[in-house]
Formats: sequence, structure tokens, C-alpha cells
Amino acid sequence: MPGLEDLYREIILDHHRNPRNRGELPPPAPHAVGHNPLCGDEIEVFLQVTDGPEGLTVSDIKVGGQGCSISQSSASMMSQAIKGKPVAEVQALVRRFKGMMSIPDEHGNDIEPDPSVKLGDLEALQGVVKYPVRIKCAILGWNTLLEALEQA
Amino acid sequence: MTGHALDTAAIKQQFPLLQRRLNGAPLVYLDSANTSQKPAVVIDTIADFMRHSYAPINRSAYQLAAEATDLYEGARSKVQQFINARRVHEIVFTKNATESLNLLAYSWGRANLRAGDVVVLTHMEHHANIVPWHMLVAERGIVLRWVPLTADGQLDLTTLPQLLDGAKVFSFTAMSNVLGTITPVQQLCAAAHAAGALAIVDGCQYVPHNVTDVQAWDADFMAFSSHKMCGPSGVGVLYGKEDLLEAMPPFLGGGNMIADVRLDGFTTADLPAKFEAGTPPITEVVGMGAAVDFLTGLGMANVRNHEMEVAAYAQRTLTERFGDDIQLHGPTNIEVRGATFSLGFRNIHPHDLSQVLDQKNVCVRAGHHCAKPLMRLLGVTATARASFYLYNDTDDVDALADALDGASDIFGY
Repeated sequence: MPGLEDLYREIILDHHRNPRNRGELPPPAPHAVGHNPLCGDEIEVFLQVTDGPEGLTVSDIKVGGQGCSISQSSASMMSQAIKGKPVAEVQALVRRFKGMMSIPDEHGNDIEPDPSVKLGDLEALQGVVKYPVRIKCAILGWNTLLEALEQA
Repeated sequence: MTGHALDTAAIKQQFPLLQRRLNGAPLVYLDSANTSQKPAVVIDTIADFMRHSYAPINRSAYQLAAEATDLYEGARSKVQQFINARRVHEIVFTKNATESLNLLAYSWGRANLRAGDVVVLTHMEHHANIVPWHMLVAERGIVLRWVPLTADGQLDLTTLPQLLDGAKVFSFTAMSNVLGTITPVQQLCAAAHAAGALAIVDGCQYVPHNVTDVQAWDADFMAFSSHKMCGPSGVGVLYGKEDLLEAMPPFLGGGNMIADVRLDGFTTADLPAKFEAGTPPITEVVGMGAAVDFLTGLGMANVRNHEMEVAAYAQRTLTERFGDDIQLHGPTNIEVRGATFSLGFRNIHPHDLSQVLDQKNVCVRAGHHCAKPLMRLLGVTATARASFYLYNDTDDVDALADALDGASDIFGY
């Protein structure tokens, strides 16, 4: 069994203790709630999507909910990574992150990493892939983000 | 009959899986409220049955089929004696306790409940004793009332007469899978009957750990599962009083549950076949019979005494070592609780906690334990749950405590 230091990297614990962009946005902000029915983890994503120079842009994001260190830190890092980014870039990042989590695309194929999409701090979550049970924790915020984007 | 202490070292030897070493270290299995491990005698009985005696039951004339039928029906008699049912045909084999409760809601509920009829549940039920009734709320417009909890996780019975007033059913657990609370079943059955309601007992956490006597309780129905009591998964039991089972319409239709089928209809078989449509889990029922023999050999009063000792040791050890850093949900009084502990530890999320404990081969469940309404009442989304059984001892408690120490190191609390 791999050592837990691969899972609980310092930056993950930091985001867990001090989650970024925590809070809510008032209606009619696009909003989605994601549940992990097996364990009860819950993540809420609120978005502000505005027209910018590069098309539709996530100009603000707030994250709520509660759960384990992996689900909460992943959502916190996600909020930092996508705030201020054009929606097209956000979608590419979601795809890149899912690829890192070994989640296949909509056709069941492996997602090839796109080198033009930078993961930054999110790379710290790479260790999660060695703990298959925890992948669903790491991905919960991202699926919730996609649902919220659909409403935008 | 005087009790005797369980020889846990010798008992552990009888469970092959507990001999397994993972990453070079022994397993500390503390998830028996989820599902229990199996003794060699159950595994061997299942293998022997499939090697030597497997055949259809109740439908063929040859000798082998008669032998298989005898073993299957023999298991029913063992279960009858184990819970002290009056008649052997009051034991119906189902898939699990969940199916038993669904059978009741579907068959008895749909025959007897109308819009506005009241079913009383408690705040400590797990989903299997909530959702089937919710389905009748949606379909029939029945009304649910809930028995609340006291601060220490027992049923608050102060308003029970009012809650039961006019109720048709009172369905409650005999032991909480989250809090470990043992409820006063006999008193609750009497209260239900005084109000003219049926008493349904969810026994799936209680039966594996205690002496069960459905006649002393005067329970109308009781549900429990084989897999939590050293038997195989895939078989459960619905106990019901003969007259009530007789009056109920069948649940699943098909072979074995009929006396006659014509082009214009059918007549049902006698109990218990009436509720056992299709080929049942033959092998699993025989395996459950072996599990009942195993438990009877140990003596359920001895099992209960042993688990009270382990529970008391766990309470003492965890409290002494961790003080306010550990939160043990449920009653502190050992007399009204089993050896199932939901716990909170510092600010570490149960998922993270169970992951860290797993590094030390300590198996605990993290999550909502299929009891989300209770989790909300406790003000948590999840807990870590350590549940002890007849093969656990004080060494396992110490292993849990040592592993908890390691969790603090990683999370820096």
C-alpha cells in the first residue's frame, strides 16, 4: 500500500483547513448541489458568468457544503483555478483534471492529457488516483461545477 | 444455566479471514454492524452442501432432492428455535432484512393502509425501515409520525401514547446501527398493542448479538439478516405471527408460492411457501442454519456478556486516552447499548479517519450508515463507526486507539 503522504500533501491539507472562495452567491446565480450518496459528502457551487473579451467567463465562484479533506480541498483548488477564466478554458481544465483522475471521456476512452492546460496546484491531487475509493471525493466538486455551468 | 466467558482467541481461530495478514500485519475487523465474518463451520457447511447435497427443494421426488429439502427446512427449524417463534412456518426466508421490511410494507401495507392512516417510526431507523413507508406515503397518502430521541441517544418515550394514538403500525429497531442503542422492545410492543397498532421489530442489529425471544416480546413481525450473524449474505428472515401472515396477500408471485394455477387465477400455497416465490437461496439458507448452530453453541447470553465487556473497555480506553478529542455517540450506559460506536475524532472527517485507520488494517465504516435522517439530527453528515462482535477483544480496542493516535499526527491536530 502506498504511503499516505501521497494522498495528504501539505497543500491539500492547507486548502482543507482554509478553503478558498467559501460562501454563496444570491439568486439568480447559476447554482448546483452535488451529493455523494454513498458517504454523504455535499458540495454546492455558485457561479457568476459574464460576457468578457474572451467570451463567456466565470467571473466569480463560491463553494459551500461539507465533506472529507479530499472533496473539500479539491473544490477549493478548483475555485481558485477557474475564477476569472473563460468558460471554454474551464471546460478544458475539467477535462484535464478528469483525465488525471483516470476518468474516461463520454465515449469511454482515456482522456489524453492536453499539455496546453496547466494544472498548477491541482497536481497535488494526483496521489488520489492510487486510492480508487477517493476518486469520487476528488471529482465531486468538478461534476457539480459542470452542472452549474449548464444553468449559466 | 450459568454463562461462561467467550474464549476470543479460540473463536478468532475459527474465522479463516481473521487469520489473513494484510501488508504483513493482522486485520482488525471492526465493521460487523455492516456485515460479519464467517466461521469455518459455515464456509464448510456451504461447500459440503454444494458438493454433496445440492438439489432443488420442495418439488422433486428423488432422494437427493429430499435430502436438500430436509437440510433447507432443517435450517428453518433452527431459526425458529433461535428466536423462539411458536411455529416453524412463521419463519419466511427472504433476501435480507430490507426485503423483509419491504415485503411487509408492500403486502400488509397495501392490503391494510389507506390515506390518513398513521405509521409510527423512530428517529433512529435506518433507510430500510423508512423508505418502504415513504413509498406508501407517496402512493397511499399514509401519515408518518416519529418517536424522537433523548440527548444520550435513547428513544424519548414521553409522548409515545400520543404518537401511537390512532396508529395502525409501530415499526422500530431493536438496536440502532449508528448509536448502538438497544430499545425496550417488549415495552414498545405492549404500547403498540395498547393503541391497537401492529408492532414490527427491525432485528437486524439486535439478533446477532443478543438472546431473542419474539414470543416474550409479543412482536407481530420481525426482520433480520443472515450476513450480520456469521451466515452468508443473500438470505434474511421475516418472522410473523401465523394469523397475520395467513391474512396477508402474497408478495412475489411465481413457482413454489402457489397451491394451484388455472387460466383464470391461482390459489396460494400454505405458509411459509406462500411468501417464498421461485427458487430460494437454498445454499445460503443451509449456511444460515450452520451459523445459527455456531451461535447457539457459544450461547447468545455469553455473546452479549462478552460484547458488554468489550464495549465497556472501549468506552473507558477511548475516553481515557483521548478525552474531549473523541466524541462517542449514543448511550453511555452499557445496559442499553451494544458494542457499536459511532465516533467523531477531533476535526478529522470520517473518510479521512477511516483512510488513516486502514493504514493500520483497522477496518471501520465511514459514512451515513444508511441513516441520513439520524445523521441530520446528530448535526453531522457522517461518522466513523467501529462495531465489535464475538470475535473482537480488548486487543482490537487497543489497536483502534493506537491507530487513532496516528491520525492526529497526519492532520496535525
